[in-house]
Amino acid sequence: MGMFEAILLTVFAAATPLLLAAIGELVTERSGVLNLGVEGMMIMGAVAGFAFAQITGNPYLGALGGMVAGALFSLLFAFLAITLVTNQVATGLALTILGLGLSGLWGEAFIGVPGVKLTPIVIPLLSDIPLIGRLFFAQDILFYVSIALVFAVSWFLFKTKAGLILRSVGDSHGSAHALGINVARVRYLAVMFGGACAGLGGAHLSLVYTTQWIENMTAGRGWIALALVVFASWRPLRILLGAYLFGAITILQLHIQALNLSDLEFLPAPIYGLMSVLKSIPSQFLSSLPYLATIVVLVLISRNRRLTLINTPAMLGQGFVPDR
Amino acid sequence: MRIEVSRRQMPSRAFAYLSPAIALALTMVLGAVVFMALGKSPTAALYSYFIEPLTETWSLHELLIKATPLILISVGLSVCYLSNNWNIGAEGQYLMGAVAGSAIPVLMPEFQSFITLPLMLLLAMAGGAAYAAIPAFLKTRFNTNEILTSLMLVYVAQLFVDWLVRGPWRNPQGFSFPGTITFNDYALLPEIFPASGRANFGILFALVAALLVWLMLRKTMKGFEIRVLGQNPRAGRFAGFSAAKMTFFAFLLSGALAGLAGIIEVAGAVQHLNEKLSAGYGFAAIIVVFLGRLNPAGAVVAGLVLALTYLGGEAAQISLQISDKSARVFQGMLLFLVLASDTLIHYRIRFVTSGAAAQEAN
Repeated sequence: MGMFEAILLTVFAAATPLLLAAIGELVTERSGVLNLGVEGMMIMGAVAGFAFAQITGNPYLGALGGMVAGALFSLLFAFLAITLVTNQVATGLALTILGLGLSGLWGEAFIGVPGVKLTPIVIPLLSDIPLIGRLFFAQDILFYVSIALVFAVSWFLFKTKAGLILRSVGDSHGSAHALGINVARVRYLAVMFGGACAGLGGAHLSLVYTTQWIENMTAGRGWIALALVVFASWRPLRILLGAYLFGAITILQLHIQALNLSDLEFLPAPIYGLMSVLKSIPSQFLSSLPYLATIVVLVLISRNRRLTLINTPAMLGQGFVPDR
Repeated sequence: MRIEVSRRQMPSRAFAYLSPAIALALTMVLGAVVFMALGKSPTAALYSYFIEPLTETWSLHELLIKATPLILISVGLSVCYLSNNWNIGAEGQYLMGAVAGSAIPVLMPEFQSFITLPLMLLLAMAGGAAYAAIPAFLKTRFNTNEILTSLMLVYVAQLFVDWLVRGPWRNPQGFSFPGTITFNDYALLPEIFPASGRANFGILFALVAALLVWLMLRKTMKGFEIRVLGQNPRAGRFAGFSAAKMTFFAFLLSGALAGLAGIIEVAGAVQHLNEKLSAGYGFAAIIVVFLGRLNPAGAVVAGLVLALTYLGGEAAQISLQISDKSARVFQGMLLFLVLASDTLIHYRIRFVTSGAAAQEAN
């Protein structure tokens, strides 16, 4: 396996949790609900995934546990934001704060405990294709799920009746209600789908990406996932691009931090010079790259007001109380 | 059974005052359940959380130290949230304020005069405000979501502080521990009653800030403008108010107060800048804002309550071996219950059993 392939593999691993969390949040937001609790749902998925894998010894049950934990945890948000019509921004923040606290308390017993790894599923023959074989066909199940989900969500939203209903609730809850659609039920389901996806993304962190429990291990990925939804202007396939772009930024800065200059003396002088300049940047600045890149990307996307307005679900963040 | 809400004709005044109390009471009940689940006596746990820290003078001083940044930050955030500007990056503004203010004692330790401390405080406010200006600028100029940008800048600020205290600002005599030199006496906030505890004059700044912002919101045109732009931006535009200017005003004010909180923490209790400065006050302050019902006077009381949960967490860890992480669970539950209780102000809540619903249909 070449170095380039190895780097790409780590990019894929870094992108998968972002992709999972973002595609879930996209569905939630398409129904008109802004759930800022992605970070909290992800961290609950991470700790629950780790816990269930420990208890059962089976990482697949761990991933399932993470997914269920994310969905159940999102119900708290759904009850407040949908049934009790609370401010969605504040409620989402509450979910994140509570998730970070609960996971810290629950995960205390797991600090330093070696985890159970979700091993790759190698697809025979296909995985032997040069270059792309190992990248696409020798991955853990969550990678396959994440890719499949993107296409499934795209198909669901734009090709099925249920998807049309979900989008109509997000674009005009009043009209949807008048047509006899149960707005609250659609939104509960959309929020829970988002929670399940975020939980799965969190489980990927503790079962694949690092295979251990570290407090606050999501490190802002839930927030980056929220930014990815804006970046994708609520279009599922563009999430794919965004998640892999951010996976690449995360991994490249890690590789630069780990770079050993003496290994690179064979490179031509200008490239070696560039590498030594990059290497001289303090690690903290490199670590802040994904966060700075998020800001830059958000600015580039949102400066085009018309594009944003066309795609943003019109009811995003607004509670709905039917007139009785 | 189903829960139905319907909008009240007028917001309920009674529930406006009652809802924080309801939320606090429910938090204690739920907390008791959590402690039972952890196998601890709920009464002993609640005692060490909410009573024990209030029984000794030194811990009352600690309460004021913890409440100071919470009150300062949440007073500023109240203005932000009232005007519909979602600054959730106060933690970053707090850190950058601390850095800006610390520049004087760290870079010019021999500059020791009675104006050292006032200059530090001013510089910290400028630093926090400048850092808050970034999301405000991006929102007004490029229409960028301020929630995400202000939050991302928290991570950047944390990494920046980490670099400073391990790199250029590290104390050369610090045995390679991260952290700057201890500030000289002129750069430290004096304690109020040094004989009985560590509380410093920072709490007075917090109370004055709360009073001034309360007066502004209640008695001035600016306060009216903040409310109008927050509740109905269209009406605000017709009244000639500028939403962009308001965004800058709210962010700069809250950033300055967060920066002030940062330097008070550094020049008061900690006495040097280190990597542990980010203790989550910027996020806990969001809870204070809502518990205080977006009112600076309420923020003072709510700040003391939240400070109590920090101390209570430490007390419960010592006396009952409950992890101090339970404090953050408490804080999260409290915000949830505050938001849920606030629904009672604007809505009537009905519990509809399926039988009753069928009768209605007939």
